[in-house]
Amino acid sequence: MGLKAAIRLRRERRLRQWRAFRKRRQLKLVADRTAAIRPSDVIVFCTLRNERVRLPYFLRYYRDLRVGHFIFVDNGSDDGSREYLTEQEDCTVFSTHASYKASAFGIDWLNHLLRIYGTGHWTLTVDPDEFFVYPFCDTRPIDALTDWLDTYAIRSFPAMLIDMYPKGPIDAEPYREGQNPFEIASWFDAGNYMISRNPKMHNLWIQGGPRARVFFAGEPIAAPSLNKIPLVKWQRGYVFASSTHMILPRGLNMVYDAWGGEKPSGCLLHAKFLSPLSGKVAEEMERREHYAGSREYEAYRAQLSHEPDLWTKWSERYINWRQLEILGLMSKGNWA
Amino acid sequence: MTVGFIMMCHTAFHRAAQVARHWAEQGAPVVIHVDARVSKQDYAALGRSLADLDIISFSTRYKCEWGTWSLVAAAQSASEQMLARHPEVQHVFLASGACLPLRPLAELEAYLTAHADTDFIESVTTTEVGWTVGGIDMERFTLRFPFSWKTRRRFFDAYVNLQRRFGFRRRIPDDIMPHLGSQWWCLSRQTLSAILEDPERPTYDRYFSRVWIPDESYFQSLARLHARNIESRSLTLSKFDVQGKPHIFYDDHLQLLRRSDCFVARKIWPKADKLYATFLASPSPRSEAMIDPETLAEPNPSKIDRLFSKAVERRTRGRPGLYMQSRFPKRDHENGKTSAPYSIFQGFSDLFENFEGWLAKYVGARVHGHLFSPDRAAFAGGETMFNGCLSDSAALRDYNPRGFLTNLIWNGRGERQCFMFSPRDTQEINWFTATDPNAQISVISGAWAVPLFHSKMAFSDIRREAARLQQIEIDQLNILRSMFVKARVRVWNMADFIENPMEPLQMIVDEISPRATRRLSEAPQMVDLTGFGQFLQSLKNQGMQPRLMGDFPVTGDLLQHPPRRGRSYMVK
Repeated sequence: MGLKAAIRLRRERRLRQWRAFRKRRQLKLVADRTAAIRPSDVIVFCTLRNERVRLPYFLRYYRDLRVGHFIFVDNGSDDGSREYLTEQEDCTVFSTHASYKASAFGIDWLNHLLRIYGTGHWTLTVDPDEFFVYPFCDTRPIDALTDWLDTYAIRSFPAMLIDMYPKGPIDAEPYREGQNPFEIASWFDAGNYMISRNPKMHNLWIQGGPRARVFFAGEPIAAPSLNKIPLVKWQRGYVFASSTHMILPRGLNMVYDAWGGEKPSGCLLHAKFLSPLSGKVAEEMERREHYAGSREYEAYRAQLSHEPDLWTKWSERYINWRQLEILGLMSKGNWA
Repeated sequence: MTVGFIMMCHTAFHRAAQVARHWAEQGAPVVIHVDARVSKQDYAALGRSLADLDIISFSTRYKCEWGTWSLVAAAQSASEQMLARHPEVQHVFLASGACLPLRPLAELEAYLTAHADTDFIESVTTTEVGWTVGGIDMERFTLRFPFSWKTRRRFFDAYVNLQRRFGFRRRIPDDIMPHLGSQWWCLSRQTLSAILEDPERPTYDRYFSRVWIPDESYFQSLARLHARNIESRSLTLSKFDVQGKPHIFYDDHLQLLRRSDCFVARKIWPKADKLYATFLASPSPRSEAMIDPETLAEPNPSKIDRLFSKAVERRTRGRPGLYMQSRFPKRDHENGKTSAPYSIFQGFSDLFENFEGWLAKYVGARVHGHLFSPDRAAFAGGETMFNGCLSDSAALRDYNPRGFLTNLIWNGRGERQCFMFSPRDTQEINWFTATDPNAQISVISGAWAVPLFHSKMAFSDIRREAARLQQIEIDQLNILRSMFVKARVRVWNMADFIENPMEPLQMIVDEISPRATRRLSEAPQMVDLTGFGQFLQSLKNQGMQPRLMGDFPVTGDLLQHPPRRGRSYMVK
């Protein structure tokens, strides 16, 4: 890397650290259970707004993977999410009414909290509708993975976003609290992902899936990014640069092998296309707090009004991680 | 027969204690070496947890650093302690704190009784091993390594290079033949005491203390001097991957481990509760005397070997033709640009009516139309989507044409993909396919003119379009003639091809499905070319030079004489 590029990247990293530091005052500690964090714990970091109905299953899913602690930023929920989370013994909750957009879509808040509480830990930064799947996740807890990564001195682990959708109109079957969302949204696109390499940050830029083919077929460049690096052994000085799509220093983005081999990787099953989506879209369009002028929600609204069916006869029904591995969406690498 | 265990521990002491207790409670003496870097509290706690068993003892502690002499020194002193304190011990088994016994102790003892004079130690000459770290094998014995490989790699490498440059060599003691092998061994009392009591031991120790990774060579080389009968294999199942890290066993390996019939496995994940619970469950009360050595199963780790070598293969070579979040090869390091062979036909669909249908009949393949046509990807059967939800949208396809093609081949694996191509299509994949050994590219040059010949456009437009398409095809043919081509490329000019179409068609079809014995019995229906020569002449008259079609006489019709040689195929 040239000196110029190095300086530019460092400046960007410092800037993001500074933003995170400045935004710390927006966060109000509602429930502090950080004293219970053990040194070996994997910690989940999550920003949310009005996700009450999804939370019980979310917590159960990650507790079953043996995640040790949860740190939430509640962005002005009014549906009881905050109250519910403060009752949980393994959750630390911060609350803020500040702008999600002005906080770089929550990333400034999380960068700050990651620095304070995540340093030295394996941290998993996910949204409440993202469910982390990794090789052997049905038989090995998450610390098996992180212990293994530690022996290889690997600091970050990628998990591509897989958009899951139901068969039929999205709002047809309502989601019940505590239910596994993938009982309803059990379908996904197996092989239409487009990948390119970002020369600046060295990450892979992945687009595709149902969102690209249904909502952005006319303008592929605007299709949402699906590459994510949610699992990071956090060190002081790390910052997420754009959601969890990219992280600085950029060496952490080199989660792929460029010489023909396969590094291990996982997936984030994305339970976005699940009722009540139309309500959510309407609300988010009202707030306009999302990425790129909420163009994604704009596209959904345009389509959702005539009840699109993301399902096609080529859709794949989700079974388990081994299926994703065989399809080539994730890899075991040399973990056996 | 009694076997004594030496356990080298540096972490996960509760597990080490569990295993030590398991062995000791069945009457096997255990000597535990604990790394000197371990805190006093942890050491004391381990001692306390095993205080009730007096056949467990602790040996002098050494600070153990990977790749250094300290590991050998620790094993030596623990061995001396074992031999001195437990005269009944006939075999000494070197294990680590991450080892787990897979079979009852009585079976191991019976096995060792049956092999009383045998030393189980992997011991291979340096020329035969392929697993050394850093590409250093014989040089381990002839160079000096004052810098740590783990923490001061740069110095380590520089110093190695320096010594290589100046041809520096250490002298190897005369009677030593350097041998390497797994550091987990099981030696007979006789061999072990011969090694430890050798009058030359100070010389050997001095020499080996400067060898790199001596725990893989000290006992392995010296056993060759003293042993009566070496079985060059380890009784410990322990596999290393490309980076020299041991593979780790988890709960889901339970059945695999059980069926391997190995005595001891390492390394076990300390939190693998099920493995520890299963294999350390109170042993059946069978004593050694009740076991018939004849029926004792030999260790058979081949299944586990296969599993781990597949994992290493996955990490180093990956799946050919797969592009994904953790495999995105640089150009020319793809190890398979695409995942399976495929065929590209250029000009065929212009020259023959329903060529796709004809081809599909003769080859067991998925025959697409023009996948790269400007309006949409014409998937086989007129579908709007292909396997893996690959969309026919031209915008999505042209956003990443290479990704589109590699996805298509990957999604259709198990079935050969064929598609039509022409200068009218998106040309961006040309370099990629030309340099892909999986591609079979057949071109009838100039055939793009046939649709123009049949078109009702104004002749000036036709002329302009012809010039454009011709230039595109010339550029493409230049690529196909370059020295970088890896694809199976065949180019005919149109005139040559229609002279005798059956022979090239048969050749292509045979290549696609080599085992099909069926001969082509029917030629595809060629479009009407009456007047094509005149059409080309008109283009010339308008000032354009059609260069790719070959020679078509202005009058007289090629098609009025059906190809004669082609008929021979129809007889069969």
